[in-house]
Amino acid sequence: MTGYHLAQFNAARLRAPLDDPATAGFVAGLDLMNALADRSPGFVWRLAEGPAGDATTVRPTEPDVIVTLSVWESVEALRAFTYQSEHLDYLRRRREWFVPLGYRASLVLWWIPAGTLPTPEEGVARLRALGANGPTPDAFTFRAPFPAPATTDAAPPAPLPARPA
Amino acid sequence: MDDSGLTAVSALTDGVRRAAYREVIAAGGAPVGRDEVAEALGVGRTLAAHHLDKLVDAGLLEVTYARRTGRSGPGAGRPAKLYRATAAEHEVSVPPRAYRTAAELLAEAVERAGADTALFDAARAHGTAEGAGNDVGALLAAHGYLPSPAGEGRIELRNCPFHRLAEQFPPLICGMNLAMVRGLLEGSGLDRSWEARMDAAPGRCCVTLADSKNKSD
Repeated sequence: MTGYHLAQFNAARLRAPLDDPATAGFVAGLDLMNALADRSPGFVWRLAEGPAGDATTVRPTEPDVIVTLSVWESVEALRAFTYQSEHLDYLRRRREWFVPLGYRASLVLWWIPAGTLPTPEEGVARLRALGANGPTPDAFTFRAPFPAPATTDAAPPAPLPARPA
Repeated sequence: MDDSGLTAVSALTDGVRRAAYREVIAAGGAPVGRDEVAEALGVGRTLAAHHLDKLVDAGLLEVTYARRTGRSGPGAGRPAKLYRATAAEHEVSVPPRAYRTAAELLAEAVERAGADTALFDAARAHGTAEGAGNDVGALLAAHGYLPSPAGEGRIELRNCPFHRLAEQFPPLICGMNLAMVRGLLEGSGLDRSWEARMDAAPGRCCVTLADSKNKSD
């Protein structure tokens, strides 16, 4: 068991506001995709705020840029959800709803100590670092992944839920 | 230059050996025994084993051992020597050409430009122009998909012709592939009986086909 989890941040620029018919297909799939993520093996956490219980109200950069922020047990777990589930067909349709962000990348991955949570602002910084430096252990992509930092033998084990003796 | 591609391709010049290779590939990653290959080819098991081992030497197949009956312990017999395709891809270009690199750069550029739809449109038109015949299995096989029946009115594709690129750019290349398969069906008129859909899973092409008569949605 590694002492690190994988953080994922994605930013996408909307073609039209979320109440516009042009983005209806995206909105229609949002709850399904979030529910699929929540029950995927290796899922740890995702940013969910506002009345809809999703991340669409979080706009850390520009008003027309929406984000996703989540935590997973491994790159393989996130890859399986992203590319080997119904989510792939949702991704395939991305250009119906989004225009290119104008950054070098729209998705960034990095390792965080298990039990901590990333912030959208951190995600923005990591995405900018990826754009400026290319993939590094601090900000990388599926195509150029880096392994989790080595865990020392003395690392404290993850807390287990209490159970009756 | 690395000669592994040439070694691999040279190993396939013998007709019987090429047939043995096709037999293992058609199993789609499932290990195949020498007896099955011998039977399928109508040759002796010693000759089948000889060719299979040559394919292993060339890096085209790999060996696994398993008890075919699923039993273990005393009396279960020795594990059988089985063969399956390796994950390695072999490419020979004489003189040297680097189309894969060009493909990766083009995919990267399309992704950055957000021009996915233009690629899907081109793929669909290409498929439509290529689509011919009235046998869906033959049509897909002719385009390298290794179609395989998977339950009632459903076809899975054991090979992804764009595997390496699809792993690197999944939404873009799997979307291109879906558009091309739909085009192939449209071009041959088979779209009246078959429907292609995105149905991603590990170890095979992301597209599957369903008999339109058995439509579930």
